[in-house]
Amino acid sequence: MFENLSEKLERSFKLLKGQGQITEINVAETLKEVRRALLDADVNFKTAKTFTETVKEKALGQNVLTAVKPEQMMVKIVHDELTQLMGGASVDINTKGNPAVILIAGLQGSGKTTFSGKLASLVKNKRSKNPLLVAGDVYRPAAINQLQVLGEQIGVPVFTQEGSKDPVKIAKDAVKEARQKGYDLVIVDTAGRLAVDEEMMQEITAVKKAIDPDEILFVVDSMTGQDAVNTAKEFNDRLDFDGVVLTKLDGDTRGGAALSIRSVVNKPIKFVGTGEKMDALDVFHPSRMADRILGMGDIVSLVERAQEQFDADEARKLQSKIAKNQFSFNDFLSQIQQIKKMGSLKDLAGMIPGMGKAIKNMDFDDDAFKEVEAIIFSMTPEERENPAVLNGSRRKRIAAGSGTSIQEVNRLIKQFEDTRKVMKMMGQGKNLSKLMANMSMGGRR
Amino acid sequence: MGIFGVFNKAKKDKLDQGLSKTKESVLQKLARVVVGKSRVDDDVLDELEEMLISSDVGVETTLKIIQRIEKRVARDKFVNADELDRILREEISGLLAENQVNEGLDFELPADKKPYVIMVVGVNGVGKTTTIGKLAHKFKTAGKSVMLGAADTFRAAAIEQLEIWAQRVEVPLVKQKMGSDPASVAYDTLASAHAADSDVVIIDTAGRLHNKVNLMNELSKIKKVMQKVVGDAPHEILLVLDGSTGQNAFEQARQFTKATEVNALAITKLDGTAKGGVVIGVSDQFQIPVKYIGIGEGIDDLEPFSRTAFVDSLFGK
Ligand SMILES: Nc1nc2c(ncn2[C@@H]2O[C@H](COP(=O)(O)OP(=O)(O)OP(=O)(O)O)[C@@H](O)[C@H]2O)c(=O)[nH]1
Ligand SMILES: [Mg+2]
Repeated sequence: MFENLSEKLERSFKLLKGQGQITEINVAETLKEVRRALLDADVNFKTAKTFTETVKEKALGQNVLTAVKPEQMMVKIVHDELTQLMGGASVDINTKGNPAVILIAGLQGSGKTTFSGKLASLVKNKRSKNPLLVAGDVYRPAAINQLQVLGEQIGVPVFTQEGSKDPVKIAKDAVKEARQKGYDLVIVDTAGRLAVDEEMMQEITAVKKAIDPDEILFVVDSMTGQDAVNTAKEFNDRLDFDGVVLTKLDGDTRGGAALSIRSVVNKPIKFVGTGEKMDALDVFHPSRMADRILGMGDIVSLVERAQEQFDADEARKLQSKIAKNQFSFNDFLSQIQQIKKMGSLKDLAGMIPGMGKAIKNMDFDDDAFKEVEAIIFSMTPEERENPAVLNGSRRKRIAAGSGTSIQEVNRLIKQFEDTRKVMKMMGQGKNLSKLMANMSMGGRR
Repeated sequence: MGIFGVFNKAKKDKLDQGLSKTKESVLQKLARVVVGKSRVDDDVLDELEEMLISSDVGVETTLKIIQRIEKRVARDKFVNADELDRILREEISGLLAENQVNEGLDFELPADKKPYVIMVVGVNGVGKTTTIGKLAHKFKTAGKSVMLGAADTFRAAAIEQLEIWAQRVEVPLVKQKMGSDPASVAYDTLASAHAADSDVVIIDTAGRLHNKVNLMNELSKIKKVMQKVVGDAPHEILLVLDGSTGQNAFEQARQFTKATEVNALAITKLDGTAKGGVVIGVSDQFQIPVKYIGIGEGIDDLEPFSRTAFVDSLFGK
């Protein structure tokens, strides 16, 4: 039903083609499309309106340089404005207090408990903190239990008070205990609540008053629609929170709520949740989010993630092997492992501009390499290092061992040889991932 | 309308509570712009557009509604605020009504489907488990024997959560360890229900984002495995949508339908300020009826969907 935002913009920007200057008249249609695209991305009605008006002001009268096409200029104006609205550089949380106290708040089902676990894991592993988690959701069945299970997974203790129905006291006692036992960071999970639930809003205000947090984070589901502004505003009026956490961004929502919240409460988005695992937490990058809302592909994250996972030394070794045509099935296998480490293939490919749409409906998942791996695992060490020895009977054995067919084995070997040739030609491992991806898809029926 | 089909006063107040706050002005505004005019002009349409979009109805469906209204107004010539109000309600209900066959729904079950198997699916945190607890209570109150299956074996303490609901409602629950195969739990549940001659089985599943191919395939597998016990199970695949979700609900409906042939919707959290307007377009596009709405976290906070009540609450009446 919804076209990609960038396609829409492209179409409307085409109307600007060949125009020397951006004028009220020739920009009207584009702005209408921009607005509609924002609404489809769940940007709030009023925010979208203000936004397009600002863009219009910025665009009007701009002389279109001969070097820049008007549609490119509009893309830039829209993108820059979005990024700016999303708020300059990323802002960190305040963990200076001892213990630093962090209060987590939000609607039901927004992902507070999962985020609490992720945050504890992050400060423990990356910032050498000694955190204490506090189970303050005394209402939802098994909520305490849920935090306890997460705490166990990540090796962080969880403060609970058996049978207590008093989140204010729990939070207060937890901070006291942290002080006594030397925990330097306290994360207080709370029950989900609706902004219109007066009693519950008073309760969280009381929790805030009791523990005077260094940081209050408002957790919101990135799939939220128009109501995001009401809720964010109400929570902010009550709690004056310090930052926003945007969850479930590993879904395919455009996440326009991020823009709405930002423009209504003017608080920075500090983290984004990108999966159910405890390490699926990223800091927020305004420009990337702008790209996402615009559907322009999250190319920056892709590069950074790839860099983080790719060992530079190994890359160099690989390059020399490629140059000498010694690239083997073992190297191939380790490349697959690298790619898998980077995260879901579909996520990764989706970050490449233009790829998003192409792979949207493709059955392209982490299992893509399953057969390839099975085949390689069924080879002897010698065969992996020196594929030239793979004669007919060896191939038959490999097919049987990997539960595939001889055709599939043949195809993989052929593709491997082709890849090796191409790589040698290019003389570097730079485009390896792409080649590998092609290969794995080629191997599927 | 069935016995449960009418909103009792308390429930309706609860549903209206959040909605009225932001909406009280909509009709007044509409009235202001429409008074003394012989046609629906741009001011009226702008107001209408704002009201619909702000309720998450979405651009496409909003345009569809506005077009229908323009057509009617052109035909009927003069409209005043009251008439416009009535026309609007009719047109919106119309989109929902086209596939709305269960307005008299009363928790009776088809006699030839025993156990009647309901599989509950949806993205993370929308309210699946809570809906199951409330639904079990409704069926039990209607005199049915219920069995629950804890096939969310993935999320921390998901089994315990459903277990507490089972105790609250006093219905049996079939479970295995965390991390076990969800299809196997579903299988066990159906086998137990069969042996116990239960009337209805409700299977909880782990929340999953609809763009994760592996996890969506897992749902298809759960479904297939259930058919080994009850040939035509699951009879109802209930997709739970969070009432505060925006346009992404379309993608959710599309992908879950693809994986499991969803044939019923539930919208939760309508006790908040979110209006759940996206469901109008979803129901219209995928021809899936909305069966239930969630209006709170308590055991009684589930109602059969009524489109009149829904449209009423959309307009703050
Ligand atoms: N206010 C309100 N809260 C609800 C409603 N339905 C569910 N909730 C709450 O939303 C939160 C999430 O509900 P769950 O039932 O755990 O959701 P789920 O879909 O099973 O979640 P996962 O299994 O984690 O994917 C809980 O805090 C529920 O109490 C509703 O109709 N109104
Ligand atoms: Mg659940």
